[in-house]
Amino acid sequence: MTAKILHGGEIVQDAWTVLEDGCAEIESSVGRVIVTLARWRTEREALLARYAAVGVLVPNTTDIEAAHLEISDRPLIALQFPTFTDGRALSQAVVLRKRLAFRGELRALGDVIRDLVFWLGRCGFDSIVPRKDQNLESCRAALNEITVAYQAAADHHTPVWIRRRGQAAAH
Amino acid sequence: MYRYDETDRALVMQRVEQFRDQTRRYLAGELSEDEFRHLRLRNGLYQQRFAPMLRISVPYGLLESAQLRKMAHIVRKYDKGYGHFTTRQNIQLNWPKLEQVPDLLGELVEVQLHGIQACGNDTRNITADYLAGVAPDEHTDPRPYCELLRQYITLNPEFYWLPRKFKFGFTGAAVDRAATRTNDVAVHLVRRVDGAIGYRFFVGGGLGRQPLLAQEMNPFVPESDLLRYACAVLRTFNRFGRRDNIHKARIKIVLREWGIERFRAAIEEEYAKIKASVEGDELLLLPEDIERMRGYFTAPDYQPVSEAGADVVALAARDAGFAAWIKRNVRAHKAPGYRVVFVSLKAPDHVPGDCTAEQFEALADICDAYSFGQLRSTYDQNLILADVAERDLQEVWRRLAAVELATPNIGLVTDIVSCPGLDFCGLANAGSIGVAQDIYRRFDTLDAQYEIGAIRITISGCMNGCGHHSVGHIGILGVDKHGEEWYQVTLGGSPGNDAAIGERIGRALARDEIADGVERLIRGYLELRCDEDETFIECYRRLGMAPFKALLYVNESEAAAA
Ligand code: SF4
Repeated sequence: MTAKILHGGEIVQDAWTVLEDGCAEIESSVGRVIVTLARWRTEREALLARYAAVGVLVPNTTDIEAAHLEISDRPLIALQFPTFTDGRALSQAVVLRKRLAFRGELRALGDVIRDLVFWLGRCGFDSIVPRKDQNLESCRAALNEITVAYQAAADHHTPVWIRRRGQAAAH
Repeated sequence: MYRYDETDRALVMQRVEQFRDQTRRYLAGELSEDEFRHLRLRNGLYQQRFAPMLRISVPYGLLESAQLRKMAHIVRKYDKGYGHFTTRQNIQLNWPKLEQVPDLLGELVEVQLHGIQACGNDTRNITADYLAGVAPDEHTDPRPYCELLRQYITLNPEFYWLPRKFKFGFTGAAVDRAATRTNDVAVHLVRRVDGAIGYRFFVGGGLGRQPLLAQEMNPFVPESDLLRYACAVLRTFNRFGRRDNIHKARIKIVLREWGIERFRAAIEEEYAKIKASVEGDELLLLPEDIERMRGYFTAPDYQPVSEAGADVVALAARDAGFAAWIKRNVRAHKAPGYRVVFVSLKAPDHVPGDCTAEQFEALADICDAYSFGQLRSTYDQNLILADVAERDLQEVWRRLAAVELATPNIGLVTDIVSCPGLDFCGLANAGSIGVAQDIYRRFDTLDAQYEIGAIRITISGCMNGCGHHSVGHIGILGVDKHGEEWYQVTLGGSPGNDAAIGERIGRALARDEIADGVERLIRGYLELRCDEDETFIECYRRLGMAPFKALLYVNESEAAAA
């Protein structure tokens, strides 16, 4: 039984299993696994042969552009939040989505609290695994907590300076 | 002044509701202390010694009368009847109640004020030249650029969880009045000989534990690329800023550990990549975007000099009190017939930077009547009426004096910059306000102050340096010695064009020694200076530390040995 997570703005059953580095094998029937970037680099062929889908977990200290070629074809990339205040993966996400045009599932893992969810959504994470003690309904609501934005991140917003072109200054 | 449209309004109002819900969940026990701490900091709420402190952002120090009246109401209703202006041109309240803060913020947004990103590890309120738009030495008004950047960094999700706080300071004038290089990023507007406007970017400044001045990264970033370059710097910081040690988390540490060449190369590489991607298109500012923003900061309707002007010299000749105020608190204006008026928040026996509800109200009335409804806060914890007609000066003086806001001491020895220190701040090692008042009393005759001339005394209650002690001509830092309050003195600091970090002079002084010590330094300087025009800082730079050290530690053999 897997956990429930947020995906595409909805609460869904998680389709993926994280394959810890120490753990050599799990049932291939599991289908979809997430492995670390280190393991992906060394066991790529074996993993692809055994599982239906392989996602990659990238540490938040990795240069996402340098690693991009190795992972750009993955259906899922997971980024890490060792603490909810550590925003490095937010920059990785924006670069992945906007500069590198990654279109697969982008997942946030780690110390993901309800009050980080809004910022994750704006930075292009469509797959969010809240910390175990967090209320999923509340997390889902957090995605739309603030509906306006000044700037574009990896989201649907258009920067306000572009939207205001052609309008007179308000007085 | 910038005016909110529906986007701005919706954003700050939704933000208040977001915080209201966070406060509710915290009080209901659904958010941990630590989690809530990070959330409330990003709304300006800091836990101090006795009560929460709420910091209200004043974008680049610009206020208008409706905001001042609202502040008067707020400090009466939610606080003890006064607010405090900081060195970052913001306003702090010392006694709000946590449960009431969401309502307080709700009232503030009615007048375009808020505490968004006023504290916490995020991009803070932008500071700028307090004479923007009126200074005779200004070539480009920085405020439209500040506002464009303010919008880009406000609730920017990518840079909402940075390693540490991050500050920008702007100037577009020959004289740096905003201590710009004490910021993580200093932006100097520049105009090339061909007329093209651009930005000279300095990065890596910051006071606190290891005070450093920002270093030049790029001498000319084109006008269209303000947000692109800012994005490059912020992203570089978010990626590489240290998160293992809070004392090493500012961008200045990355610069120091990497060296300037590697650091610059990293920023320039990111800047180049941004320019080449879809992000670069979004972040590119068109001339019309800047022009539109300039429309918010146009000069007011100045009257011709024949109506606004007056023979100020003749007026001053008839009244010594007015003359003293004109001399110290009034400065030149670029428009003929107009002057810049400094409002001193450094009256005797007052806390530097404090402003009462009655003063907020009086200021609202005065600026409505005599300065186009606007007021500014300065880096030195004073205020400014930027556009006063000469013919109104005497009346403005009278009305300011009636509420103790006309002390003629701008830039003098009693114009002391001080953080709240141990009286309020939970991080303090020692008191600052009491020391400021002690020093003040030593020099409170105007004759003594005028004889001493321009000098900057700055006091911080701890290493964090909110009182900018490291860029004071005489800087005073509170330290804790076995539970007692002691004070470390630094000399030779300066925040301006000649920016320098002060040098530590010797052992710390006890609470009952510090005012004596500072007095000896200043009286000694009067003997040491080569003539009456040589200021304290010039004298120090000419003679070096030794004679001043002898003055400070006059009774000690260590002075002889030094
Ligand atoms: S310098 Fe220290 S004591 Fe003063 S306000 Fe800042 S943190 Fe508090």
